[in-house]
Amino acid sequence: MRHLMSPLDFSVEELDKLLSLAADIEKNPAKYAHKCDGKILATCFYEPSTRTRLSFESAMLRLGGQVLGFSEAGSSSAAKGESVSDTIRVISCYADICAIRHPKEGAPLVGSTKSLIPIINAGDGGHQHPTQTLTDLLTIKQKKGRLDNITIGLCGDLKFGRTVHSLIQALVRYSNVKFVLISPEELKLPSYIKEEVLDANKVSYKEVERMEDVMDSLDILYMTRIQKERFFNEEEYLRMKGFYILDEAKMKLAKEDMIVMHPLPRVNEISVNVDNDPRACYFDQAQYGVYVRMALILTLLEVEV
Amino acid sequence: MINVGAIKEGYVLDHIQAGMALQIYNDLNLKSFQNCPIAIITNVSSKTMGRKDILKVECPIGTIDLDVLGFLDHNITVNVIENETIVEKKKLQLPKQIKNVIQCKNPRCITSIEQELDQIFYLSNEEKEIYRCKYCDEKYRSHKRNKLN
Repeated sequence: MRHLMSPLDFSVEELDKLLSLAADIEKNPAKYAHKCDGKILATCFYEPSTRTRLSFESAMLRLGGQVLGFSEAGSSSAAKGESVSDTIRVISCYADICAIRHPKEGAPLVGSTKSLIPIINAGDGGHQHPTQTLTDLLTIKQKKGRLDNITIGLCGDLKFGRTVHSLIQALVRYSNVKFVLISPEELKLPSYIKEEVLDANKVSYKEVERMEDVMDSLDILYMTRIQKERFFNEEEYLRMKGFYILDEAKMKLAKEDMIVMHPLPRVNEISVNVDNDPRACYFDQAQYGVYVRMALILTLLEVEV
Repeated sequence: MINVGAIKEGYVLDHIQAGMALQIYNDLNLKSFQNCPIAIITNVSSKTMGRKDILKVECPIGTIDLDVLGFLDHNITVNVIENETIVEKKKLQLPKQIKNVIQCKNPRCITSIEQELDQIFYLSNEEKEIYRCKYCDEKYRSHKRNKLN
């Protein structure tokens, strides 16, 4: 039995297989519509995350399975003081697979230690969110046709953004991936990621402050939201929030086949006018999130496809 | 020079960084060795270190957790004593994993709320002696490094 705690839990070969399965699900959804008949997914969300929860539930329902769960800690036995490992041990008697979202880092790993069923980390605080990374990889693979030989610009909050950290860790395993890190001084990528991930893998990167200076060199522009909850004062947040706004003028500087990604939700960092540009892929990305979760459920349940 | 009597059976932990012996004493939980004579010697002259600390522990062989000691400072020399003679000089290594020796200080880590959860750290970078919490990957460095930094 396997769990998914980090995007690096899968080898490159296993990831290739998973992404190919997700691509086939996109092409032939009917073929997979009853692969999980009679199976139950438990979504144990100790903090609200409607989008991720609904994406998981949609994935299981599209496979013919059913879902149960809770969407906040207050409606679970955690409110009575039960430990995560006890809760998940009990829930593993009710379901066949379980997705856990928890504000405490490492909670899904603790849940997996006594679980009788596969556990998927659906986000643990600022630590890991592996299905977002799988979603990003599938989007790149489907839109660009490859995961190697790409130049990817990561823009916005590179300091606190866990999706960016996880994506970098996943992409350094492919050859000739170049990173362009676009952020203000205050939100630069932490040095431990540069040293332990980029430098350790001899991956080239450059850091810039202005998006306009590098737009024409990018195959992918990955935008991120400046998260209000990361700032101690409103003034600093408001200053940072307006730092990068992708608009039509900036899109004119980009390659014709560049793609724009965003883990969503966005605030103001991508102008709505960009939505109609064929290079805007962030809503497709949300759709790929369902396909990759379907592929993940099938893989972890070891369903024959 | 202070004279501390020889021990029959036990350990002499030599080349401890000056000032760190008491910390090592606490971290090895030597206060629980109630019937064992223990000498804490600090600020001894050393040719290689300038000043150093020494711990002499009279106890049955095998009762000190050398993995923990390796984590605390792998440059410490462990002399194993039997019949008042050094029978072995052990070279310490950084253990790959340590359990319930240090606590994760990350308030967002599940270890801060989950009952009876083992505190486990793994060696993530041997060269830089960096340990990380198994659950949240928060960094923890050895005492030696903490002191140096």
